[in-house]
Amino acid sequence: MKKQITYRLSLAVLVSVSLFSCRKDPQPAPEQTEVVPPAAGPAKGFYLVNEGNMNMNKASLDYMDLTTGLYRRNIYDAANPGIVKGLGDVGNDIGVYGSKLYVVVNVSNKVEVMDVKTGKRIKQIDILNCRYITFHKGKAYVSAYLGSVGDPNAPQGIVAQIDTTSLTEVRRVEVGRQPEELAVVGEKLYVANSGGYSPKNYERTVAVVDLNTFQVIKKIDVGINLHRLKADKYGDLYVTSRGDYYDVPSKLFVIDTKTEKVKKTFDIGVSNLTIDDDYAYYYSSEYSYLTGMNSISYGIINVKDEVLTDKKFITDGTDKEILVPYGIAVNPYTKDVYVTDAKDYVSPGTLYMFNPAGTKKYQVTTGDIPAHFAFVY
Amino acid sequence: MIKRKFAFEGISNSFYAFSIVVWIGVSVPCCVSAQTDSVKKANELKEVSIRAIKLGKRQLSASPLQILSGKDLERINSLSVADAIRFFSGVQLKDYGGIGGLKTINVRSMGTNHTAVFYDGVQLGNAQNGQVDLGKFSLDNIDEIELYNGQKSTIFQSARGFASGSSLYLNAKQPLFENGQTDHFKAAFKTGSFALINPALLWQKKISNSVSASINTEYKKSDGRYKFRYTDGVYDTTLVRRNADIETMRVEAGLQGKLADSSVWTAKAYFYKDNQGLPGAIVNNKYDFTQRLWNRNFFIQSTYKKEVGRYNLMASAKYASDYTRFLDPDFVTDEGLLDNRFKQQELYLSMTNRYHINSFWDVVLSGDYQRNTLDANLYRFPYPTRNTFLTALATQFHWKKLDIQANLLSTYVNDQVRQYYAAGNKNELTPTIMVSWQPFDLKEFRLRSFYKNIFRMPTFNDLYYTAIGSTFLKPEYTKQYDFGLTYIKAFKDKLLRQVSLQTDVYYNKVKDKIIAAPGANLFRWSMQNIGLVEIKGLDLNVQTAWGITEDLELNTGLTYTYQQALNVTSVKLNYRNQIPYIPVNSGSFILGADWKNYAMNYSYIYTGQRFNQSANNVYNYVPAWYTHDIAFHYNYSIHKANIRLSAEVNNLLNQYYDVIANFPMPGRSYRFTLAYTY
Repeated sequence: MKKQITYRLSLAVLVSVSLFSCRKDPQPAPEQTEVVPPAAGPAKGFYLVNEGNMNMNKASLDYMDLTTGLYRRNIYDAANPGIVKGLGDVGNDIGVYGSKLYVVVNVSNKVEVMDVKTGKRIKQIDILNCRYITFHKGKAYVSAYLGSVGDPNAPQGIVAQIDTTSLTEVRRVEVGRQPEELAVVGEKLYVANSGGYSPKNYERTVAVVDLNTFQVIKKIDVGINLHRLKADKYGDLYVTSRGDYYDVPSKLFVIDTKTEKVKKTFDIGVSNLTIDDDYAYYYSSEYSYLTGMNSISYGIINVKDEVLTDKKFITDGTDKEILVPYGIAVNPYTKDVYVTDAKDYVSPGTLYMFNPAGTKKYQVTTGDIPAHFAFVY
Repeated sequence: MIKRKFAFEGISNSFYAFSIVVWIGVSVPCCVSAQTDSVKKANELKEVSIRAIKLGKRQLSASPLQILSGKDLERINSLSVADAIRFFSGVQLKDYGGIGGLKTINVRSMGTNHTAVFYDGVQLGNAQNGQVDLGKFSLDNIDEIELYNGQKSTIFQSARGFASGSSLYLNAKQPLFENGQTDHFKAAFKTGSFALINPALLWQKKISNSVSASINTEYKKSDGRYKFRYTDGVYDTTLVRRNADIETMRVEAGLQGKLADSSVWTAKAYFYKDNQGLPGAIVNNKYDFTQRLWNRNFFIQSTYKKEVGRYNLMASAKYASDYTRFLDPDFVTDEGLLDNRFKQQELYLSMTNRYHINSFWDVVLSGDYQRNTLDANLYRFPYPTRNTFLTALATQFHWKKLDIQANLLSTYVNDQVRQYYAAGNKNELTPTIMVSWQPFDLKEFRLRSFYKNIFRMPTFNDLYYTAIGSTFLKPEYTKQYDFGLTYIKAFKDKLLRQVSLQTDVYYNKVKDKIIAAPGANLFRWSMQNIGLVEIKGLDLNVQTAWGITEDLELNTGLTYTYQQALNVTSVKLNYRNQIPYIPVNSGSFILGADWKNYAMNYSYIYTGQRFNQSANNVYNYVPAWYTHDIAFHYNYSIHKANIRLSAEVNNLLNQYYDVIANFPMPGRSYRFTLAYTY
């Protein structure tokens, strides 16, 4: 009797165990595709890096093949299945230089270097808390919030110089606290410092680095909590200040690199911008303490004359559909405008394409927080 | 100015209601008539023996109730309260892994902030984030864990007891002295994987016939190191969890007594302190962490309860002080490393009056006052103070076959800040109705149902956290509809001695769910009331008891949970997708056996596939996990003393899994306990 019960019980346990013991075999996250109308011109395509929400390890890479109109979502995992935990956490910037593709992955503390044709990893360069990347004469320059961690007396951030052939760090320079975007004009590197870790005492300068000596030769006083920094073809820099989110509003400054002084201020809270030829395409997204809501607007600045135009790059009302504009790019040949929507930051985003008349031609689903573009020619 | 005037009126209105409660409390005892024992007995939900069957709280409760207590609780593999509640249905434990990882409870998908946790009858508060880390509560001195959906099935409770979507009661071991006994002593030592060292002492002393005292202390230390594995089928890597060390110390002292009129009182002091590493998310190229956390919690509380006679009174008071320090060496400011310190204080006063109108009709009036403050060394911090007045009016009709409870809860909350904007006042009136019904002559079969409308207040973090909080927030509302049945059957002289079953179907709606939504950029998130969630679920609990031989007893417990929890916020975004981390299917199975001096327990937990973000797509898919645990116990008695030896294996098949994405759980682990009691 006792035996029988034990037998029955163990059978019951076994059955319940086997019923529940069905985990699918793990597989690399798949690539998905969509087809959209192709675009003619020298630009063969572009890469789009999706940041992914922090701690979710969901940075991902999409590729738009403009010649065929094939949009490939999440190409990194299929191209690099052996990399532990994939592209990583919070993809913060992207760049193409020569035959290589560079993705800056912030929380993963690395710059991922890939073959621009295949997306296969060539090398990983470790840089703590890295943010943005730019290139000049065979070198990549990467800004990083801190030079080291754990040292209470070392709040300064750095720019690292990386040789694009050997893919190793050559040297680094302290530029200010929590540097963000950077650009090269002539033989000088300009870096926007934010000081974002110390809201009581934000930074307010653009650091000027002489690329021959790799020393900071000047700090240009601009405004608090700087973020974006883009160069136009007239030797001017367009720099955004995020303000303090309380009393000081965000603004856009124009710096003349010849005098290294602010020559113009736009009272627009620009969140992001891209400069193509004579125009800067921007969007602004400002939080109001009075309503607890964001107000979003889009616009174009003429960088030749440094004036705000009344032109719009979205004219068909699609701007009402965009919850949170997060990335912007312009095809330099077709003048098509690409805008991404990050939505609630924890859902797949959307990439919209607008023709030069401002009409939406198509939209595709991206990874989470689609943000940074790099064209391939 | 207008606002301020309003606030004052609000306070005075609630104060009126509150003072009425207090006034009744003081004046009514003078006119109490003779006690009616029959009423008292009917109200007490203690085990009542009917024929051969024991109808317990589980069967009689009008709100779904799950209990783990005494022997069952001792037998299962559990270090903390969090380990034990995994065996309840309708519950998801949010577990960040390891001994020190945050563990919070989400009942019926309403969210962690909708479950109130009561320790010895008084709520454990956390006005800062509304969460109680159940991993911090050791099972060493816990005698009983009860989980009620809705609220505790009694109207004789503090206004706080009516004020949450569900309630978890942790009841500490009460001293019980048999003839001639004046002392109890228990010493226990646990050790095992993760370099665990965990000694605990308990001493209970009978001071007089009516007063006893107890003191309990526990120390716990672990390096928190364990192996975990991640694979995508191509890469396959095993790493060791780092910066997960924890060291804790807890001291509790209590006094309990009985007065001449049979009323009982308790007084308790609690002190807890810990120091732990905070292991972060395991993401590509980041496997070690430097963040640290220190906690210091202190509270004193006292309760008084008089249950004899027509008029009954319950009162309690509590003062709590909590300190948290967070250090982030990866975040270097111009003043040094990020080093945040938070101080919370809470004052709580409660009074409950019950009046037996006749043999089947009771009414209750409860009033609570609570004051919370939060200080932080954050820049531009508003330093909020919250005054909460709760008044509950409740009534109960109870006949042999039918029990009806209904209450109306008034909540008035007033927030004030030293600088910037305060959330102002909130005034809410919320009802609950609960019914337990025996439809036939058969006492073993009962139906139950409840409707509850309640909300949770935005926490201090939701409202005031620098650069995130939003003072525009409304409360987050929930509506619960539940219908269930309980059945119990005993068999005489059969192998199967008893079967008992409880099952419920429910529909919940969470409105104005508080969600962190994007602001102007990633640095500037804001809290918004944007979520709307619809939850349909089924809970099933079956317990059986078997008498295999005279010495061999088997007990089983089976739970199953089905939950469809859909995001119906907006047709534009993830519409009707299952909300993150809620599996459609989950369940557990426990098999306990007692044979002479030996006992063993096998337990199995299953959590079905889930998604770790709102979109139900392949990138957010999280596979199911299931663990097998086993424990063996040996008891040895000499005279009045008892020695207990236990050996436990957790996650026997060494399955690697995450409950929260990128926070790995331990694989197979071991624990050994030696306990001595007299």
